Amino acid sequence: MADEVILLDFWPSMFGMRTRIALEEKNVKFDYREQDLWNKSPILLEMNPVHKKIPVLIHNGKPVCESLIQVEYIDEVWPSKNPLLPSDPYQRAQAKFWGDFIDKKVYASARLIWGAKGEEQEAGKKEFIEILKTLESELGDKIYFGGETFGYVDIALIGFYSWFEAYDKFGNFSIEAECPKLIAWAKRCVERESVAKSLPDSNKIVEFVPVLKKHIGIE
Amino acid sequence: MPHRSNIGKRINVSHPILLSFLTHSHAPKLSVSDKMASGEVKLIGAWASPFVMRPRVALNLKSVPYEFLQETFGSKSELLLKSNPVHKKIPVLLHADKPVCESNIIVEYIDETWSSSGPSLLPSLPYDRAMARFWAAYIDEKWFVALRNFLKAEGEEEKKAVIAEFEEGNALLEKAFIDCSKGKPFFNGDHIGYLDISLGSFLAWLRVTELAASYKLLDEAKTPSLCKWADHFCNDPAVKPVMPETAKLAEFAKKIFAKPQA
Repeated sequence: MADEVILLDFWPSMFGMRTRIALEEKNVKFDYREQDLWNKSPILLEMNPVHKKIPVLIHNGKPVCESLIQVEYIDEVWPSKNPLLPSDPYQRAQAKFWGDFIDKKVYASARLIWGAKGEEQEAGKKEFIEILKTLESELGDKIYFGGETFGYVDIALIGFYSWFEAYDKFGNFSIEAECPKLIAWAKRCVERESVAKSLPDSNKIVEFVPVLKKHIGIE
Repeated sequence: MPHRSNIGKRINVSHPILLSFLTHSHAPKLSVSDKMASGEVKLIGAWASPFVMRPRVALNLKSVPYEFLQETFGSKSELLLKSNPVHKKIPVLLHADKPVCESNIIVEYIDETWSSSGPSLLPSLPYDRAMARFWAAYIDEKWFVALRNFLKAEGEEEKKAVIAEFEEGNALLEKAFIDCSKGKPFFNGDHIGYLDISLGSFLAWLRVTELAASYKLLDEAKTPSLCKWADHFCNDPAVKPVMPETAKLAEFAKKIFAKPQA
């Protein structure tokens, strides 16, 4: 019996990108369904009643919510191709630690870059760069966060790269100047088919930011 | 697989995968070699912290001896700052001096490292595991925040709003318990697991909050299954030694909340 895999998603979401990448890495065919976050569909509300957020992965009718939980789920259901998490418990714990760090820190500070002004924006920029530098230091001289193979932590972070051009523009700074090694890592990731297929063009995100600001009622 | 004559040969029961089949009712997984599970275990933490309680319960369930290194309230030891430079928070598990941080991540690490000792802390099916992780995340991000807000709420309006939020969360967890437990005493089934630990670690603070707010937060009339579960959890031998006493915790709470709000 063929698996039915549906992904409820929103094209600019760096969280949705994680799940897209994981599914592509595993060569899983899925039905991508674009959602309107300002007019939420019945299926979204039914499948994620607790948070009403995307992405939602629906596998044979059963929903899995939260992007990193989805990535781990995908890795467990389709284990034979391209393992996304290491098999060693200590390495797994490190990968999850950094995934959790990315979840807790990156979005909140980045939001201030495009969503705030003046002092608040400057504080956001500063914090964002500090967070990226911490990640850069964790990456070190490795090809990917996990070492030789692309995996969980790379997947957790790479979606944000599609927003870097927007951050640069609206923050009036250069992330590459501050974190060249991280940009080099991102460019390596984008060479992977799964990532190239899953990330939107950066210029589309730049165009999207004013639309987003209007929707949430800022500026 | 090489052909072997099995005339007169006994089945090698110490083979990890076969042993796993015989001793666990879930799908077999690769058993960790003795080498991985060996090494001194230390836990940096504090008796009052619900997050610290999580790995303590897990270590008890796996019968893993450990040295408990208590932090002094209000200061952070050199060892803590060195072991968790990113967050500088407890708990930190040190296994052969290698640090593992973040309570739920530590619990999974314990489960995977000492997989051949005691029952599995996570369900065996990927979907059920995803559900356990989902609810654990919900508990930390929403439910616990609502619980904390109870102590901070001032005035009738704010109190009403906090109560409503908290009860909504409880209703969700009551349903989640019914779905996950499938008629068994714990979220994880017959034995305490990851999700039981994630929620159960807050029970002492919940009791302290009930006393302070003069309000029944876990009500048998509203969430009968959760109440029964809470009883089972608290009485478990792996939990009892590390669950803070309500009176002692209430006294501690008075002390720390007496400080002016930052």
